Amino acid sequence: MIEKIVKIVNKAGLHTRPAATIVKLAAKYKSEFFIYRDGMSINGKSIIGVMTLAAEIGSELKLTFEGSDEQQACDEIVAYFERGFDEL
Amino acid sequence: MKSFKDIYKNSENKIAGIAAAPGIVIGNVYLFTKEKLEISKAPITNSEEAITNFEEALKQSKKELNKIFGIAREKMDEVRAAIFEAQLMILDDPILLGNIEKRIKDEMIQPEFIVADEISKYQELMIISHESYMKERAHDIEDIKYRIIRNLQKKRWQSKIEKNLIVVSESLTPADTLLFSRREALGFVTDHGGLTSHAAIISRSLNIPAVVGTHNASTLINDGDTIIVDGFHGYIITNPTEIQLEFFKGKQKKLFEIQKGLEELKDQPAVTIDGKEINLEANVDVTGEIDIVITSGAKGIGLYRSEQILNEIGSFPDEEEQTIIYSKLASRIYPKFVTIRAFDIGGDKFRFSEYKEPNPFLGLRGVRFLLENETLFRTQIRAVLRASEHKNIKFMIPMISTLEEVWRSLDIIHECKSDLKREKVKFDNHIKIGIMVEVPSAAVMAKEYSEEVDFLSIGTNDLIQYMMAVDRGNDLVSNLYQEFSPVIIRTIDHIVSAAKKSKIPVSICGEMAADTLAIPLLVGLGLDSLSMSPATILYAKRIIRGFEYKKAKLLAEECLQCKTEIDIQKKVKKFFDENNITRTRNII
Repeated sequence: MIEKIVKIVNKAGLHTRPAATIVKLAAKYKSEFFIYRDGMSINGKSIIGVMTLAAEIGSELKLTFEGSDEQQACDEIVAYFERGFDEL
Repeated sequence: MKSFKDIYKNSENKIAGIAAAPGIVIGNVYLFTKEKLEISKAPITNSEEAITNFEEALKQSKKELNKIFGIAREKMDEVRAAIFEAQLMILDDPILLGNIEKRIKDEMIQPEFIVADEISKYQELMIISHESYMKERAHDIEDIKYRIIRNLQKKRWQSKIEKNLIVVSESLTPADTLLFSRREALGFVTDHGGLTSHAAIISRSLNIPAVVGTHNASTLINDGDTIIVDGFHGYIITNPTEIQLEFFKGKQKKLFEIQKGLEELKDQPAVTIDGKEINLEANVDVTGEIDIVITSGAKGIGLYRSEQILNEIGSFPDEEEQTIIYSKLASRIYPKFVTIRAFDIGGDKFRFSEYKEPNPFLGLRGVRFLLENETLFRTQIRAVLRASEHKNIKFMIPMISTLEEVWRSLDIIHECKSDLKREKVKFDNHIKIGIMVEVPSAAVMAKEYSEEVDFLSIGTNDLIQYMMAVDRGNDLVSNLYQEFSPVIIRTIDHIVSAAKKSKIPVSICGEMAADTLAIPLLVGLGLDSLSMSPATILYAKRIIRGFEYKKAKLLAEECLQCKTEIDIQKKVKKFFDENNITRTRNII
């Protein structure tokens, strides 16, 4: 299992469009993908779940990946967070 | 012998409304409540069936959302469009759907309850967040929740509604009305709506008696009650007494005999005593109506509302699908003509629920929508042309308000023709193209417009609504919706004169043509073609065969001098009395 801490860096935060993109990216991989925030865990393959995360600029989230392709999943999704959801 | 007056005077158990579609029915009530979504927590016995229903509701919701998403992408900014995309993704959310299906199996209760419960959990999480935009997001989720539940309930209704019931409801959409007619509804009663609400129009065209605008019938009547609906006088009798039942059964019998008498007129021409023939055509809203048209003795279809196809199949059909629909229509009615009206989308006719206009009746509808969505317009034009091979189709454009719209539409039609020629497709190169005159600006400029096109068709419903600035579906002001207003009579006269000067035909296809009281006046004004719901044609024929054109012309001249609606109505009623013409509602 891989664990990563990511920071929200774009101004608008984790709004609907990036939420949709994250779920689409996660769906490409077999690995389990969870997002943790304030003690709450959300399945990253569930759009309605990811949409419940209020993550404004500056907030930190913990991501976990577990499965045969966890490294690739982690690389692509973490990169998307780091690029500020391509909104920088 | 008791009269209706006696019966109603002594009835405590009556509810008054507007007589929207003629006929008398006695039957049991299905009380249709839909606005307040009531979520049933009832147990189920078959979880497989429940899951199939759930999957079908998801499929239907996807279909609806895809349509909205398509429009959103064209018309809205990316952020709003992303919301619909996210909603669509929710319908495929493996975690959410997995949980719901598991709970249906484990708990064995109605899927609608589980859907509401599961999605609400997420909404609560959103609402407790401090971010204000999360509250909005919770609202978006509400949308998708209700969409799924609505579709689940539709499924539940469909299996629940027994046949042969009288549907009582606060209001009915055209889609509801159609759905119930498929379950062989006996009659309709609504709290809201006027004579020209679409539910009223559809019940008239399907020959189902209806009383609308009762204000509170749906709160006074209970599910399962026995009621009498009198679609001639606009009354409902609740839990009738023996005497009332006997009276109305007698009237039903008499009515049946009259209708049999009218049948004999089927093959007779609609000709006045002094020999002027009036072309009576049928309006067609629903595919099933074509059979009624053929047996009604209509001279053809004066108005085929093509947007009905969208209601029936739920999405825009492609060129092939449309060509098949129009070709079938043309061959069923051959050698008579069918006038196909281009999609009249917008206003109250076909709402893309998520794209809200502040003022839909003054917004993007009719030709405005078509020119804004040119690809869609071209697809329809090509399909109409391809179906016109046997030269019995005319094509008509709705909601024209400027000359530029006429020119632009004609240019597009011309280009489509050139394309088809290049593709060596057969079609009627001389297909007649007309416009609807239903906006005051078009009425004023009728002369200029009539020089550009092959025919005019007056749409009285919208014309009256725009001339009088009154919402025809709003019963608070519906008394201002005056068919016999001098403004309307003079405007019709102005349009008819313009068309005659340009030597092109002019017809009326609004509900006014179906008001048997208006017929002598319309004939007198010089209209030679009236298009109406097929169920009304024989009644209209009987009236036309009962007066002289010469006298009707004098009536029209007198009415053109009148200053108020009441004066005109008085003259028209006097005309009926003096010429001994009786209307069906007065016979029974």
